[in-house]
Amino acid sequence: MSDAADLYQELILQHSRTPRHFGPLPQATHTAAGDNPLCGDRYQIRVQVDENGIIRDGAFEGVGCAISKASGSLLLDAVIGHSRDEFERLFQDFHAVVRGDEQSPAAIARLGKLAAFAGIWKYPARVKCAILCWHALRGALAGEHSATTE
Amino acid sequence: MEPSTGILPPMNKPAPQPLDPVAIRREFACYRQAGAPLVYLDSASSSLKPDCVIDAVANHYRQTPANIHRGLYPMSEAATAAYENAREQVRRFINAAAREEVIFTSGTTDAINLVAHGFGNALQAGDEILITGLEHHANIVPWQLLRERRGIVLKVVPITPAGEVDPTDFRAALGPRTRLAAFTAVSNALGTETPVAELVALARAAGAATLVDAAQAMACCPVDVQAWGCDFLAFSGHKLFGPNGVGVLYGRRERLEAMNPFKGGGDMIRAVTYERTTYNDLPYKFEAGTPPIAAAVGLGAAIQWVEELGLPRIATHEAALVAAAIEQLAALPGVELVGRPRRRRSIVSFQLAGIHPHDAGTILGTNGIAVRAGHHCAQPLMDYLGLPATIRASFSVYNTPEDITALLAGIRRTQEILG
Ligand SMILES: Cc1ncc(COP(=O)(O)O)c(C=O)c1O
Repeated sequence: MSDAADLYQELILQHSRTPRHFGPLPQATHTAAGDNPLCGDRYQIRVQVDENGIIRDGAFEGVGCAISKASGSLLLDAVIGHSRDEFERLFQDFHAVVRGDEQSPAAIARLGKLAAFAGIWKYPARVKCAILCWHALRGALAGEHSATTE
Repeated sequence: MEPSTGILPPMNKPAPQPLDPVAIRREFACYRQAGAPLVYLDSASSSLKPDCVIDAVANHYRQTPANIHRGLYPMSEAATAAYENAREQVRRFINAAAREEVIFTSGTTDAINLVAHGFGNALQAGDEILITGLEHHANIVPWQLLRERRGIVLKVVPITPAGEVDPTDFRAALGPRTRLAAFTAVSNALGTETPVAELVALARAAGAATLVDAAQAMACCPVDVQAWGCDFLAFSGHKLFGPNGVGVLYGRRERLEAMNPFKGGGDMIRAVTYERTTYNDLPYKFEAGTPPIAAAVGLGAAIQWVEELGLPRIATHEAALVAAAIEQLAALPGVELVGRPRRRRSIVSFQLAGIHPHDAGTILGTNGIAVRAGHHCAQPLMDYLGLPATIRASFSVYNTPEDITALLAGIRRTQEILG
């Protein structure tokens, strides 16, 4: 049995079972929904950005598959404490790898823990799961739904 | 013919031999060529194609690739004859009264859209169209588009908790302005078989026309449009062991004659001037442009293949498989069946507790088990059930009890990995 073991790695399974940063964020400055009606995945992602453009804190909540949930968890792990610009660079790097456009060992290594998603391009139907929270965060930072009611 | 043994009185109808799925698999290249065992449990999406269908399509292109109804030369005449022969095969298969009532379309979706235009565009604001809570998007969205065009009212008969359409609810939803009741014969998401004849009779008594979505019914149920009494019936070739790109709209002659064409172009006209066009006779009035000729010929071959296997034998085979699947799935911890219809065709939908259907579908898929995981193009039904998606296994002539064993092993493996 192959079990999609390259996809459901231990790190991804851990983060899907017990996602980090999962819940509300009352002090959020930016928020957006990440919605994939095709899968029924739906998350709300929230971040608190300071005046220097540093993502001070972040959280997400909602429902979805193991891949989308683990991706949201690892995404927030990676970007909290970093600037918006750094997030944007990571977004580009992550996208290039998960879509399979860039698979060099150096590019994968640059992703740190997020390298766990490097094999997902072999499952084209699942790539959208891995990038759902990323698009939500990018939307939130771009001011789409930036007025938070929290 | 076997000689009579002389012991038993000769029977008019000998008990049919059960289907032999292992022998049937030999007629399918994708089983012969599969490196690893192929556990194909997604025939409700599209059935696999037997060699005879592939050969019929290929031979058509090899021998008579000319266009139809146009050429005055033998190859075109042969192509026309093959295409019209396929129409006659469809007519017999669904027991339509006349070949003019059989229109080739590109599929179920196209057929329903044809009715939404040809029949629907003649409706008035406030006229009602009735569908059920089981419908595929193909039998929802064309009516919503019609609502935008004509201001019709789209009403939905709710389903019961078991996932059935209760004729009492159906009758209650029919009203003096119901012009059409459009409903599925078999739910692609839950497997429910609806009481088609009864629903048609209720709709007719209320003065409404009827459209039966038979996409999921053709490969497992005997379909008889005259016995059902429906005005329209739609299906796709690719779910009936036939090629993609061809489907059928059956329409009762009076209905079709009263309708305007859906698409305009060649073949559907008798005479064209810039001032006016007279439309061709049935069925050509609704077959604008060059139709899917080879695919229609392939569909004819598929129908012949199904007739040779025998629909009653197919139904018996699939009923045994789906019953076994339900029993074994229900006994497996962490498995929740979705829908408990009393009359079911060869489809079963389920959930794995705490596991998203797409994760399950991916793990099953990499283990060679092809199931569908998703909303099955029935989002309103999924919303009603409160589920984003389900896992669906569907059974066909080539499936075996071992396929169910493999599915169960795959589910246990999925639960181990993701649980
Ligand atoms: C019940 C039902 N209706 C309609 C359709 C649409 O068929 P097609 O995509 O071949 O047009 C399907 C296909 O999944 C179906 O299952």
